[in-house]
Amino acid sequence: MRAFEYTSPKTVSAAADLLAEKGDQARVLAGGTDLIVQVREGKRHLERIVDIKDIPEANVLTCDAQAGLHLGSAVPCYKIYGDKAIASAYPALADSTHIIGGTAIQGRAAVGGNLCNASPAADTIPALIVLEGICVIAGTNGTREVPVEQFCTGPGTTVLENGEFLESLKIPAPKSHSSSFYLRFIPRNEMDIAVVGAGASVVLDDAKESIVSARIALAAVAPTPLFAEEASALLAGRSASDESAIEEAAEAAKAIARPISDMRGSAEQRVHLVGVLTKRALNGAIQRVKES
Amino acid sequence: MPDKVHVKTVINGEAVEFLCEPRDSLLEVLRDNLMLTGAKEGCNNGNCGACSVILDGRLVNSCIVLGAEIEGKEVETVEGLAEHNKLHPIQDAFLENAALQCGVCTPGFLMAAKALLNENPNPTEHDVRFWLAGNLCRCTGYDKIVRAVLDAAETMSTEVNV
Amino acid sequence: MAVEKEYKVIGTRPIRHDGVDKVTGRALYGADYQAAGLLHGRVLRSPHAHARIKSINTSRAEAYPGVKAVVTAGDLTASQDKIVDLGEGAVNLKFMCDNILAREKALYQGHAVAAVAALNGHIAEEALELIDVEYEVLPPAMEVRAAMQDDAPLVHEDMKTDEMGKASDKSSNIASHFQHKKGDIEKGFAEADVVIEHDYVTGTVHQGYIEPHNASAVYNADGEITIWCSTQGAFNARGQVAEILQHPVSKVKVVPMEIGGGFGGKISVYLEPLAALLSKKSGRPVKVLMSREDVFESTGPTPASYVRVKIGATNDGRITAAEAYIAFEAGAYPGSPVGAAAMCVFSPYKIENGFIDAYDVLVNKPKSNAYRAPGSTNVAFATETVIDEICKKIGMDPIEFRLLNSAKEGDSRVDGPVFPRIGFVETVEAAKDHPHYSAPLEGKYRGRGVATGFWPNFAFQSSVSINVNPDGTISLVEGSTDIGGSRASIAMQAAEVLGISAESVHPTVVDTNSVGYTDVTGGSHTTFTTGLAAYEAAQDVKQQMIERAAKLWEVDADEIEFSDGIFRYVNGKEEEIDFKGLAEKLGQTGGPLMGRASVAPSGAGSSIGTHIVDVEVDPETGKVEILRYTATQDAGKAIHPSYVEGQIQGGAVQGIGWALNEEYIYNEDGQMTNASFLDYRIPTTYDLPMIDAVIVEVPNPSHPFGVRGVGETPIVAPPAAIANAIYDAVGVRLTELPMSPERVLKALGKI
Ligand SMILES: Cc1cc2nc3c(=O)[nH]c(=O)nc-3n(C[C@H](O)[C@H](O)[C@H](O)COP(=O)(O)OP(=O)(O)OC[C@H]3O[C@@H](n4cnc5c(N)ncnc54)[C@H](O)[C@@H]3O)c2cc1C
Ligand code: FES
Ligand code: FES
Repeated sequence: MRAFEYTSPKTVSAAADLLAEKGDQARVLAGGTDLIVQVREGKRHLERIVDIKDIPEANVLTCDAQAGLHLGSAVPCYKIYGDKAIASAYPALADSTHIIGGTAIQGRAAVGGNLCNASPAADTIPALIVLEGICVIAGTNGTREVPVEQFCTGPGTTVLENGEFLESLKIPAPKSHSSSFYLRFIPRNEMDIAVVGAGASVVLDDAKESIVSARIALAAVAPTPLFAEEASALLAGRSASDESAIEEAAEAAKAIARPISDMRGSAEQRVHLVGVLTKRALNGAIQRVKES
Repeated sequence: MPDKVHVKTVINGEAVEFLCEPRDSLLEVLRDNLMLTGAKEGCNNGNCGACSVILDGRLVNSCIVLGAEIEGKEVETVEGLAEHNKLHPIQDAFLENAALQCGVCTPGFLMAAKALLNENPNPTEHDVRFWLAGNLCRCTGYDKIVRAVLDAAETMSTEVNV
Repeated sequence: MAVEKEYKVIGTRPIRHDGVDKVTGRALYGADYQAAGLLHGRVLRSPHAHARIKSINTSRAEAYPGVKAVVTAGDLTASQDKIVDLGEGAVNLKFMCDNILAREKALYQGHAVAAVAALNGHIAEEALELIDVEYEVLPPAMEVRAAMQDDAPLVHEDMKTDEMGKASDKSSNIASHFQHKKGDIEKGFAEADVVIEHDYVTGTVHQGYIEPHNASAVYNADGEITIWCSTQGAFNARGQVAEILQHPVSKVKVVPMEIGGGFGGKISVYLEPLAALLSKKSGRPVKVLMSREDVFESTGPTPASYVRVKIGATNDGRITAAEAYIAFEAGAYPGSPVGAAAMCVFSPYKIENGFIDAYDVLVNKPKSNAYRAPGSTNVAFATETVIDEICKKIGMDPIEFRLLNSAKEGDSRVDGPVFPRIGFVETVEAAKDHPHYSAPLEGKYRGRGVATGFWPNFAFQSSVSINVNPDGTISLVEGSTDIGGSRASIAMQAAEVLGISAESVHPTVVDTNSVGYTDVTGGSHTTFTTGLAAYEAAQDVKQQMIERAAKLWEVDADEIEFSDGIFRYVNGKEEEIDFKGLAEKLGQTGGPLMGRASVAPSGAGSSIGTHIVDVEVDPETGKVEILRYTATQDAGKAIHPSYVEGQIQGGAVQGIGWALNEEYIYNEDGQMTNASFLDYRIPTTYDLPMIDAVIVEVPNPSHPFGVRGVGETPIVAPPAAIANAIYDAVGVRLTELPMSPERVLKALGKI
């Protein structure tokens, strides 16, 4: 591993300065489960690592019935699925944080890190998208907000500018009769990167019979995680037990998938799986509303 | 070359200070600087769990933690598991169940099992299998490891009740 | 020799002797070696699968601060074509040397090109980037069938096929071609009512031990070399290092450290000669480590293969003829386990008419190595699924079919050898009687499969010495690396002879200067051969102890009996003394007492196992879940049943991994794209159920306790058993390993 400098600022502004000073030669360290591996493998050459785990704003974790969830960018996965209130309000987020890596990875890996690493296969990003997550971005000139679905710009790239970093994520409070679901396909049962991932959230009417609105998002089928906007829109007003509606949404999701073939799966297999997983995610979310 | 970092920490209950390069992983620090070679390197990228240690009560892969990050924290390694030469019930259970063959994965499994039982003293087989999925063993097929952890849980819960 | 006996120690489950060290982190594995002034070595490897090395310039690396030595192929004494015998078959020395450091050509991605020793690992890695290698990239030969074609790129331009023992004159990637024939194959097929034939393809797989290769060395000014490493055989490593460095074998000492798994992959040396050369150049101890990526790209693997099997049977279920075409990827140098595959392909069965046609083929992949029952798994996948198809065709239960056709004492294999007493029938019966086989299997997309695995087992050479301690215990010195509890299984055999407890034996695995020659821990021979050496050494101790008792009582040694740990004289005056009592008196009866034995037995005794598996297939994703698994196996006599079960469980799980997910995935340029434990997917705890290991004991007549090696057989059956279960579940036959979700989806016509 090439040499770099290690810094652990205590404030948002100190972190922004440390980052700004080195441009693309500096990067944020959250759980390090991507970053340290990438630096060791020579995929990134850095002069400075900025550990944000001592910054209070990066460690906030509050869940409020009105304000929603405020999630610091360095909060590790286990704190999310391990918190009953968060897990029941944001099931897709709990699903996705519970399957990243293994226990030891979940002890360190942050949702913020998963998002900023901007892997097309990242598990929490579809969950954040269907939950309408907002990125709070801090920089040398204060903060700005960007919806999660606009955050990633390509494999490993994001809208973050020089000197900026992700401070936290905000997720609105869940609507009534709503729920969400995330799942992925992997050849093993754990310790694998998604061949395809699919997240869905649904809002049902008071009778829990028809779909008021839905959101579908996909992982590992394009250069960035995808918000399947058209597929989602198709579902509004349809019956929640109408398999053909789910089927149509799955087909629409397949239509926007433009995966590559690699060692984790072929393009053909991935497109097929988009259909399978989209249906399972939607049905899973609907089931959860009905059971709630 | 950036300066070395001076780190003060607690390892297996004892205050420890060391100097390391910022790029040294906790695993490298433990093995090379502190001669605590119980944690093993199987992959050096978080995939195998052979390097598992407990950091401030959480299970981590020490190969993807920087040595510099443990300033002010507490680390538990396999070397600290037995107290005053009395084996920990998990260690006993591994021996009695023949839950190791080559043994290179064993320190990692012991630490992962300890972290599991700290958090969930009465795990089911499913819980054990899920929790230990990040620890690879190529020799045993896991059967005896899972049984050992379940046995240890039972011993520990009866010890507490006594 | 073997008789059913009551044993006191054998068959019990004592705590292994090295257990406490291994659960406290005190056991020292190869990479744990430390020394004052230790340098750290790393290896530069070819990024290309096939490339001519035009030049290597190390001057920038040598000048880099902290670098103490750099070596390239030029530092190896020029190696010629010379055949050397290292106990495990003949090897071409030039190939051995070239595999350590590439000379004219890099023959696979990961082929070592240079090595550096520096003050720490980071500096060594940085220095590797400063070595300038100019390559002329050549097209690679990457797949066995393509590599056999006349127009394939040649891995070795001057390689001539060994055609049935004779050198042919044409250059080819086919390193050798051989055949076995038995009976009249045409007549056999003519007698058949059903003939099934299929092609099978298996991918390249790795042993996947968790501990990467490592080697540390000190090369002293007087030419004495000491090497500390994780090896399956210290003597074998010593022999290889001596040959590669052209150094007297007596001046090489190998200290075997604890080893983190091998499965056949830690027999060949890779780093040991480099560590020695770097130490010679730098004058300091050097430790060289591989990364996980290095392990995948440069060591191991066991070959990909193309196999075609054709079997004929009568409607009442009798095999009439069997034919196999087997082509194995040797990797960059000749010597795949295709020979062993030919020994195994039909061997569980009584075959009157058989034909085997086999090829060892060079490709631009790492030199293939043994992996647990090497070769047998590849071919069993073919044979055992063809048999399943025959059973379905003729409407016969697969267990009944196996009972009917199983080879028995006196039957001969297609490749010649005649079986002594073996336990095939008994393991099949054990499977039949197991509640698993009769348990109802409910639910859609679920299926049950059965398959059998075979391994001939080998007997090599071993030495053991025993010192009797004054407190009545013994110290047992052996040369067999303990990879899975063999200290215990060897100690227990000595304990049984001497009537003492397992705990009264203190086994130590020592270096090559401290014990007699001992072969590798491999071939499933350790508990058999080293156990036999321990038995003989204990007999030696027993005999000498009897003489001491005779001296003590001033009687004739012939009249002293030894049983249950007590020496007795019963002629007139009654005398008796136990082992401990007599051990205390060694000083007064002639001084220290040491027993020893070196053995080179035959009759390792084949081991066979039959597995039952239940699976559930997700028809939408193609994923196969293992619901239940039972493995029966003939262990001859299980010395320590827990470790026998452990071998069966571990082997079965490796077979499950091979069946479902494990394979090297290459890109068009011949580079591996999944060289990590994240993407080379070995099973995790969460992928498996408990593995029910059923030990069957049909004693091996060639071992005093009836031992048969158990280590290798259990990996053989799983892929075929799972393929048969998938067929039972969803009605499609998979003929390619691994049976990954994508392949299952394709077979189902879903993509
Ligand atoms: C064994 C293993 C298994 C894995 N399994 C999965 C899996 O199943 N699913 C999955 O999605 N991922 C998986 N990963 C990848 C990784 O664990 C996740 O992406 C994780 O969430 C990353 O979080 P982190 O906190 O460790 O990030 P880090 O490694 O600290 O950071 C990741 C990247 O984001 C940048 N970054 C981090 N935080 C910020 C911030 N606040 N502002 C700006 N930039 C930032 C870093 O500079 C770096 O480039 C796995 C990794 C390993 C090693
Ligand atoms: S060595 Fe750290 S996870 Fe493998
Ligand atoms: S015992 Fe060898 S890897 Fe687990």
